Amino acid sequence: MTELTKKIPEQESGAGSASGSDSSGPEPILKVTGLVKHFPITKGVLKRKVGAVQAVDGLSFDVRPGETLGVVGESGCGKSTMGRLITRLLEPTGGKVEFEGRDITHLSAGALRPMRRDIQMIFQDPYGSLNPRHTIGGIVSTPFKLQGIEPEGGVKKEVQRLLELVGLSPEHYNRYPHEFSGGQRQRIGIARALALNPKLVVADEPVSALDVSIQAQVVNLLDDLQDELGLTYVIIAHDLSVIRHVSDRIAVMYLGKIVELADRASLYTSPKHPYTKALLSAVPVPDPSRRGGKSDRILLKGDVPSPISPPGGCRFHTRCWKATEICGTTEPPLIQLAPGHQAACHHPENAPDQRPQDTVSVAARETVELAGETPAESTEKAESTEEAESTEKPAPGDAASSDTASDDVASDAPSQDAEGPAKE
Amino acid sequence: MSDVSKTDTDAGPAGGESSEGAARKFLSVRDLRIHFDTDDGLVKSVDGVSFDLEAGKTLGIVGESGSGKSVTSLGIMGLHSSERARISGEIWLDGEELIGAGPERVRQLRGQKMSMIFQDPLSALHPYYSIGAQIVEAYRVHNKVDKKTAKTRAVEMLDRVGIPEPARRYNDYPHQFSGGMRQRAMIAMSLVNNPELLIADEPTTALDVTVQAQILDLIRDLQKEFRSAVVIITHDLGVVAEIADDLLVMYAGRCIERGSSEKVFYQPQHPYTWGLLGSMPRIDREQTDRLVPVKGTPPSLINVPSGCAFHPRCPYADVPKDNLTRTERPDLREITDGHFSACHMSRAEREKIWTEEIAPKL
Ligand SMILES: Nc1ncnc2c1ncn2[C@@H]1O[C@H](COP(=O)(O)OP(=O)(O)OP(=O)(O)O)[C@@H](O)[C@H]1O
Ligand SMILES: Nc1ncnc2c1ncn2[C@@H]1O[C@H](COP(=O)(O)OP(=O)(O)OP(=O)(O)O)[C@@H](O)[C@H]1O
Ligand code: SF4
Ligand code: SF4
Ligand SMILES: [Mg+2]
Ligand SMILES: [Mg+2]
Repeated sequence: MTELTKKIPEQESGAGSASGSDSSGPEPILKVTGLVKHFPITKGVLKRKVGAVQAVDGLSFDVRPGETLGVVGESGCGKSTMGRLITRLLEPTGGKVEFEGRDITHLSAGALRPMRRDIQMIFQDPYGSLNPRHTIGGIVSTPFKLQGIEPEGGVKKEVQRLLELVGLSPEHYNRYPHEFSGGQRQRIGIARALALNPKLVVADEPVSALDVSIQAQVVNLLDDLQDELGLTYVIIAHDLSVIRHVSDRIAVMYLGKIVELADRASLYTSPKHPYTKALLSAVPVPDPSRRGGKSDRILLKGDVPSPISPPGGCRFHTRCWKATEICGTTEPPLIQLAPGHQAACHHPENAPDQRPQDTVSVAARETVELAGETPAESTEKAESTEEAESTEKPAPGDAASSDTASDDVASDAPSQDAEGPAKE
Repeated sequence: MSDVSKTDTDAGPAGGESSEGAARKFLSVRDLRIHFDTDDGLVKSVDGVSFDLEAGKTLGIVGESGSGKSVTSLGIMGLHSSERARISGEIWLDGEELIGAGPERVRQLRGQKMSMIFQDPLSALHPYYSIGAQIVEAYRVHNKVDKKTAKTRAVEMLDRVGIPEPARRYNDYPHQFSGGMRQRAMIAMSLVNNPELLIADEPTTALDVTVQAQILDLIRDLQKEFRSAVVIITHDLGVVAEIADDLLVMYAGRCIERGSSEKVFYQPQHPYTWGLLGSMPRIDREQTDRLVPVKGTPPSLINVPSGCAFHPRCPYADVPKDNLTRTERPDLREITDGHFSACHMSRAEREKIWTEEIAPKL
């Protein structure tokens, strides 16, 4: 969304300068410092804590008004958790979240309510975030009712306009979520999130279920809203072509941490973290003739480490082909390696080596290339952890009690804390 | 396809002969129609879809969001409620017709001989049972094994789909998994019995490229080892390009183009396919200012546009003569060997547009 040529004149807010370096530019709309979320794992009836899923482990970044921050990373690396922390659908274990200069890290649901209008989330699982008993018309009207807002021309008319914007038609108004296709459900979530003209939208895989044409339509819509209303987006997605198209800056996550944060162009042309490089090399290209012959694809071997017991030092060292001794012992800090380009690596690509004396160990190289499966071992583990079970065993009705009050629970408009007042 | 008539579609099987042909394919769908009654009218979600698939082969289905891809798949799996859905046509699986077969028989086949990776993992996973227990259940329904063996198998499957520390995550509930982990848990569940027919409905939407590659490999392994037939539905044209032998493009409940992947990618024939390929952001190309979607909005499936359902959005609707486009529904016609398209334009008209306007931009 940085086709700035077209955009700059209309944006007095200075939002267009998004891709500048970190020090300049306007006050961030969102500031995240040292954000941590650990989900406890407990064992037995007494729920003794035996460990934790370290889903998000120390994230710091800013988002400036009017910009789009793209977030990519391996499945399970903590992107959705991060999204739900900054929209405060989850309570952080540590760190700080500031929205428009205000500390919202531990605000209560009541204190958050007025802000819900400004911060919206589009959920990764459309099916789980739509109340199956409400019609689509009802679902998209909910934000207006909760915030007591009467749009010009009435709620129904506004809802129909929103549905049309995302390519749905009036014949859908009275239908229930299960009567829609996957992509239609996803668009309902988008319409709902955009209903109240929020300031910040955290969109978790917003277009993954859409065909490329409707995807283009939705991406253009988000783009237009940004131009007209100065919306700020944090967009989480696996599709690196989409991310490249929409983002001003991109954060790459690996196992609960940001390993690289850079301007779009800089990231795609000169990735610095080996993980980013591997990620970019593996994008499937829509061209059947290239099938099989992908010589430049870096295939990461070895098991994906678990966030329950992440590797020490650099979390990527178990799979990195450049790993040296220090990588296993010392965590590389996220530092600026070029203007507007941060990475956390001792031996970055496309930048001076931070630890030149440490050379690549042959052993490390072998781990990466040869690490195979060890099914025998996993079976053993199966026995030993037989009775271990996780804490948050869901029980009907218990849904909104813990900090999981979220999209996982089929509730209407969880982002509006809809069920709260109604149920209690 | 050679034994089926040239305009091989919607008229349905012309008597017993073509049914016999259908019975010889591993999977053969003939003139499938699935309509839903709603308060606003009859929704024609699938309206005359036919295709064949051989064992060991992969068919990719792409198409507009809401065009009937999932409804078709659920139809093959026998998962539509008979009260809500009106279903007609024929579905042949390994010589056995499924629409006429009793629900009990279809249930036997489902999960074992044929299985499906659902588009919405949350709708397929039960929230109150652990992931492991659900995979074990899926395995034991069709295999007489003790719990321990089943558990070993479940952990193995979770490992194969790339869940780290599978034995420890075995007891997690769906809400404790990330989106992509849930998707993989469901993939593990649907592959646990080595199905001969696998329908994968958007199997990799929540997966990063590395894990995606791993899942595609897993599907290929299944095919190699068990000669399974695979239908893969996806919006990710990179994925189809990588894995599909044949490609079917859907629009408004019908198949509008079908052929080998190479043909459909390199010489697409239908204006909707042109639009689709043209609206894609591509990482292997220069950055563009703005994406170019197919103009207009998706069609109503209650009042489907007359003639060619694509005509209100088609830039070439006036090319075919006699207003044919608006009055007569085009059938799938064979253009070159095995490559079918449903459009009224003549060959010359189409080729001119293709070479002058479309090809240079794709
Ligand atoms: N139970 C139902 N009642 C009424 N309409 C339905 C029902 N199920 C699906 N539909 C409609 O049928 C059409 C086809 O749905 P289907 O789920 O097959 O789409 P799809 O091609 O899989 O789309 P997507 O790519 O978005 O998943 C959609 O327009 C949908 O709204
Ligand atoms: N409520 C929870 N209880 C326990 N663990 C959880 C919970 N929510 C998430 N996790 C774990 O935290 C880790 C990060 O999950 P998250 O959903 O943030 O990943 P993600 O990056 O969004 O992945 P994906 O791309 O697959 O959606 C995963 O290991 C997940 O299993
Ligand atoms: S710090 Fe070492 S292990 Fe980590 S990414 Fe850099 S080179 Fe690889
Ligand atoms: S039949 Fe007419 S409207 Fe339909 S695709 Fe062909 S040219 Fe376009
Ligand atoms: Mg996620
Ligand atoms: Mg679908």
